[in-house]
Amino acid sequence: MQLTRRQTLGLAGGAAALAVAGFQITPAFASAEDATKRIMEFTGGKEPTAGKISLNAPEIAENGNTVPISVSVESAMSGDDLVESVMLVADGNPNPAVATFHFTEMSGKAEATTRMRLAKTQNVIAVAKMKDGSVFSDTKLVKVTIGGCGG
Amino acid sequence: MADAKPRVKVPKSAKAGEVITIKTLISHTMESGQRKDKDGKVIPRKIINKFTCEFNGAKVFECDVDPAISANPFFEFSAKVNESGTFKFSWVDDDGTVYTDEKKIEVN
Repeated sequence: MQLTRRQTLGLAGGAAALAVAGFQITPAFASAEDATKRIMEFTGGKEPTAGKISLNAPEIAENGNTVPISVSVESAMSGDDLVESVMLVADGNPNPAVATFHFTEMSGKAEATTRMRLAKTQNVIAVAKMKDGSVFSDTKLVKVTIGGCGG
Repeated sequence: MADAKPRVKVPKSAKAGEVITIKTLISHTMESGQRKDKDGKVIPRKIINKFTCEFNGAKVFECDVDPAISANPFFEFSAKVNESGTFKFSWVDDDGTVYTDEKKIEVN
């Protein structure tokens, strides 16, 4: 097949468009699927069950730039009854990852508080991974009045 | 950023075996990599990506931080103290800088 000038140009344009799409660093907002995928990676494919972990977040956040959020997990924090890590995920942010806390026996209690950004009203999910391999999660819907991603 | 100033609150003394609360804050812009400047260019990401707390060399608490953590990242967590010693805190910046702080505690 002989390529005409028009076809060649069309191909080159298509390739350029693909390249641009492939290298885009700031994707659109993450979907709930991204968040679920992240959770699955964290738990190693295990479906988290409710209970043990509690996530504390305001029902309405006036300013999405700093939303106080705290998690606590019921655990003796010794021997086998130990919380290894807790991951926080926000399913409506450009990037669903928020933070992952790692605890040790020295932590005494599996509790942590931080402040996070929320781009819009969305679910915040906390997933706890225990030493024995079980996983627990809690979800809170936070309503955001002013988004916090500088968009 | 040279002006990242860590601030840590640890009780001065505690009873052996007591679980204490530690609060930490560091001034840092936590540039998320999502914002654009007025020319429409993306401002490169620059955040604290890891925070660790050690007590007498043993790990107490660690946090992997993503851009969704607010500017001037704040962490509150607990620690069980059995003996007197020093808490060491470190914050790792995207550019490789490590900011550190230390606090002593007396256990009786």
